[in-house]
Amino acid sequence: MGMTMTQKILARHAGLDQVVPGQLVEAKLDLVLGNDITAPVAITEFRKAGLTQVFDQDKIALVLDHSTPCKDIKSAQLCAQAREFAKEFNITHFYDVGCMGVEHALLPEKGLTAPGECMIGADSHTCTYGAVGMFSTGVGSTDMAAGMATGLAWFKVPAAIKVTLTGKFQPYVSGKDVILHLIGMIGVDGALYKSLEFAGEGVGELSMDDRFTIANMAIEAGAKNGIFPVDDKTRAYLKGRVTRAWEAVEADPDAEYEREIVIDLNTLQPTVALPHLPSNTRTIDQVEGTHIDQVVIGSCTNGRLDDLRQAAAVLKGRKVADGVRCIVIPATQQITLDAMAEGLIQTFIEAGCAVSTPTCGPCLGGHMGVLSDNERAISTTNRNFVGRMGPVSSEIILANPAVAAASAVAGCVADPRTL
Amino acid sequence: MKVYKYGDNVDTDVIIPARYLNAPDEKSLASHCMEDIDANFASTVEQGDIIVAGANFGCGSSREHAPLSIKACGVKCVIAPSFARIFYRNAINIGLPIMESPEAAAAIQAGDTVSVDFATGTITDETQGKTWQAAPFPAFVDNIIQAGGLLNSLKARGVAK
Repeated sequence: MGMTMTQKILARHAGLDQVVPGQLVEAKLDLVLGNDITAPVAITEFRKAGLTQVFDQDKIALVLDHSTPCKDIKSAQLCAQAREFAKEFNITHFYDVGCMGVEHALLPEKGLTAPGECMIGADSHTCTYGAVGMFSTGVGSTDMAAGMATGLAWFKVPAAIKVTLTGKFQPYVSGKDVILHLIGMIGVDGALYKSLEFAGEGVGELSMDDRFTIANMAIEAGAKNGIFPVDDKTRAYLKGRVTRAWEAVEADPDAEYEREIVIDLNTLQPTVALPHLPSNTRTIDQVEGTHIDQVVIGSCTNGRLDDLRQAAAVLKGRKVADGVRCIVIPATQQITLDAMAEGLIQTFIEAGCAVSTPTCGPCLGGHMGVLSDNERAISTTNRNFVGRMGPVSSEIILANPAVAAASAVAGCVADPRTL
Repeated sequence: MKVYKYGDNVDTDVIIPARYLNAPDEKSLASHCMEDIDANFASTVEQGDIIVAGANFGCGSSREHAPLSIKACGVKCVIAPSFARIFYRNAINIGLPIMESPEAAAAIQAGDTVSVDFATGTITDETQGKTWQAAPFPAFVDNIIQAGGLLNSLKARGVAK
């Protein structure tokens, strides 16, 4: 029986010729990731279990990105715990304030993710790296501790949903609209325990940043991972970043999929998700004029250079509306530098946006833009759950960067095509 | 043992909101458990109580703080038709019992007296006089549970040092 990309990668890393959906395998890991919220729990479990060795100091990444630069004493203590561990075990890929970025933007940029590889991260959006044609999935802290100690993780081989993309984007439509549309179609558990395997000629139309955005939110459909084929755009992205040898994996022609979905990029509209589930989607024309108090442009979903370009193109020569706060968070230091070189940061500041150093901050209601009672944000982040960005009465509308920027200018949910 | 009942897609942000993720220990996590979906939960839950919920329980963030906080509240077991996959493995890895049974999750009502037998996977609603059989764990997963969690099982096998 043929295998999907995901099944092939898991088989190789488990030392098997063939795997089938539902099979439990133990796979070798190429990387284990943690952040300042999940790594401390993993480190505590690691020490409590009396473990004294990591499997490979070069294959662990610790990124202090969630509450940093530290928002309070408790967060500072958690960061200190991670810092001490990184020092004790000589962790090569340790990223602290000054060089850190939002982990899922940072790791590909640093060349830590490559086609065919297999990794876990103690962060649910670890599925982002499927954009480069690898298997990556989010786990909890105990899995991270076990991964750091052994370089192994157990997986149930997932069945697959094939998502075939055709056509080309219309203006102001991007990767975010693909994934919101898909989640709206299949629901927040529509891909539970499964992989989302993207395919079709439309993939070639997507930038790498679009692919990162789409793979990033696979988890919001309940998926184990999302994965893209490797093409010339992938190879161009990896060049100069990944220096070790890698091998791309292709799905077998007779791979089995439980379900096949076709999305025509031509017909996609700017799409938003209303409170309180990412599956609660509407096209922009259905929600124009909805009141907002805050706009957030950033995160592991939409804090990359392409995203900032799309937002800046809308904000250029315009002003953020009175009564609205617009917060822009480039996801890494390099993205900030690139955005400066292109004049994007100047555009944001002249428009009246607050521009921040990299952090996950407001996405999870941590800091740098927490909402007050009954306030509503439109945000390029990934979750609009109850209480995610503030009190239980606050609300989040998820959108692409152009829609978020247009809404900042209009002072309400707005369509960038008719601004 | 009383039952708390919730709907579909209970996410880990409402199980333990991010503002408490820097809590120093499990007891303080427990004091905020379920706060954003049920403000009375943490103050009324007692040792041995059971959570019954709808599909996709524990979706969203990978935070292990979520099953940890539920376990630290003394909750004996979570019963649902399905669990989000990261929550599922986290619960197994830390030793929070979970049981998959769409029938039991639909039938059991808040306030019912329910008992569970992990050895046989039997769920009994004593109030309604009904029993159900939960989906069994695969042997591989059962070994982790029997060893007292993932790290113990890896140490027992000699692969973690």
